[in-house]
Amino acid sequence: MLNFMEQTGRRSARALDETGYAASLLAESLFWTLFGRRWRQPVRLASVVKQMMQVGIEALPIATLLAAAIGFMLAVQSLYSLGLFGAESFAHVGIALALTREFSPLIIGILMAGRSGSALAARLSSMTISQEVDALRTIGINPVRFLVAPATLAMLIMLPALAMWSNLVGLGAAGLFVSASMETSFASFVVGTIEVLTPGDLLHGLGKSALFAVLIAIIASVNGSLVTGGSEGVGRVTTRAVVHAISAIIVTDMIFGYLATR
Amino acid sequence: MITETHHTRPTAAAPFAPPDEGAIAVQGLNAHYGQTQVLFDIDLSIRAGEIMVIMGGSGSGKSTFLRHLIGLERPSGGTIKLLGQDLAQLGPVEMLDQCRRIGVAFQGGALFSSMSVAENIKLPLREHTRLDEKTMDIMARMKLEIVNLSGFGDLMPAELSGGMLKRAAVARAIATDPKLLFFDEPSAGLDPVVSAALDDLILRLRDAMDMTIVVVTHEIHSAFKIADRITILDSGRILEVGTPDEVRSSSNPRVQGLLNRQPDDTPLDPDQYLRRLAGEA
Repeated sequence: MLNFMEQTGRRSARALDETGYAASLLAESLFWTLFGRRWRQPVRLASVVKQMMQVGIEALPIATLLAAAIGFMLAVQSLYSLGLFGAESFAHVGIALALTREFSPLIIGILMAGRSGSALAARLSSMTISQEVDALRTIGINPVRFLVAPATLAMLIMLPALAMWSNLVGLGAAGLFVSASMETSFASFVVGTIEVLTPGDLLHGLGKSALFAVLIAIIASVNGSLVTGGSEGVGRVTTRAVVHAISAIIVTDMIFGYLATR
Repeated sequence: MITETHHTRPTAAAPFAPPDEGAIAVQGLNAHYGQTQVLFDIDLSIRAGEIMVIMGGSGSGKSTFLRHLIGLERPSGGTIKLLGQDLAQLGPVEMLDQCRRIGVAFQGGALFSSMSVAENIKLPLREHTRLDEKTMDIMARMKLEIVNLSGFGDLMPAELSGGMLKRAAVARAIATDPKLLFFDEPSAGLDPVVSAALDDLILRLRDAMDMTIVVVTHEIHSAFKIADRITILDSGRILEVGTPDEVRSSSNPRVQGLLNRQPDDTPLDPDQYLRRLAGEA
């Protein structure tokens, strides 16, 4: 019993410690992005663009595939459920709202956590173990400015962009299935969708994506930089970063959805 | 952690040291890991242009001492002055200027694995100077030539052998023509021939570039070959400082024990060691 209490206490203290560290990483990333040039520590555009390529452009094929699958799946389920009471003609309403407000940011967020979050955690942890982070410091480069800020900025730009792309692909796939199943035109699905969607729906999804981007980048950075235990530690923190990021995304999604619809 | 925890007190830059103060002046340095003290009242002065070798057995505190000298750790007491500037008194911008004047060759090289060898060398130049790309290319080639790695600039660090990796790390460390150069275990993991070549490189750098060099090593042969003076650390305290001859003829039994490779039979407390590793004790 005493052992359990001690373990719980230690874990709670560690969680609190990591939360504080995450907040300081975020604040420091913001500081270097805004004021780095004044302190001769600029966040270089080239690094941000390089990260954007890795985080966003290189993820386009898999993001497109997932978005199309989600759109198709939503169309199938909508037609089936609405068909139970003869309301298939309203399928585009549910599909458009569910995809833009919920599924696109969520699926792209989870994809990014697994793909880019794990890569960032692995990179930071292996750099820490091989003393590359120490080397940065001795050269006079702030590691947060050099490693964390560009990755956070790149995710902050690319995750909403990918979510927007996912909206287009998902709606396109859903539209093709709905129009083929109901023997209506694809254009009527597009027109119906445009009538239903408001800028607020799109912003709801994009706002979530931006929040998820920051969560993924900071959680990966915290786990990556707190690595201990050599190469085994790299594997451990990488897995931990992905699990934490996905959990944080889903919980945040729930809270965001609840607060934004009040 | 990768957040900065030191050298953030913004103050005016300290004046340069008077010539007799030495390139490195350490006074009353104390260091702790958690609550365990690992360095005790270290006083050491290293003259400009000399090669100082810091030796000691495992756990003697030599790596911790080096981390304090290069500004990676903040001392719990005492002062460290590099080229006359107290590290604790430097603001962030002054610290940047200080970084330009020191170079560090880490034990494993610590080259950035995502960059080519040439890009590694150009990184300090990119950060500290306004040189154009062409000039930086020329400088990178020059530094590679100094360490006998001409033509290897386009390779990635993973494609280099252990000895080449260390020499490439030296090339990066001297990219900004620093006044102080630090080596952490330069001979570790190298065969005797490559190790001897690295010793010659260290001597050549001191003579050709007029640098003050600090080498942390446990390789006795290498230490006596390159050192102008040797500092022996034991359990976080300085045992002996002197020329190789003075150290060789020391009457201190622990110094002789280290030089003659006599095993230390003092029992190690595993709990205390683990707590120290975890930074808890």
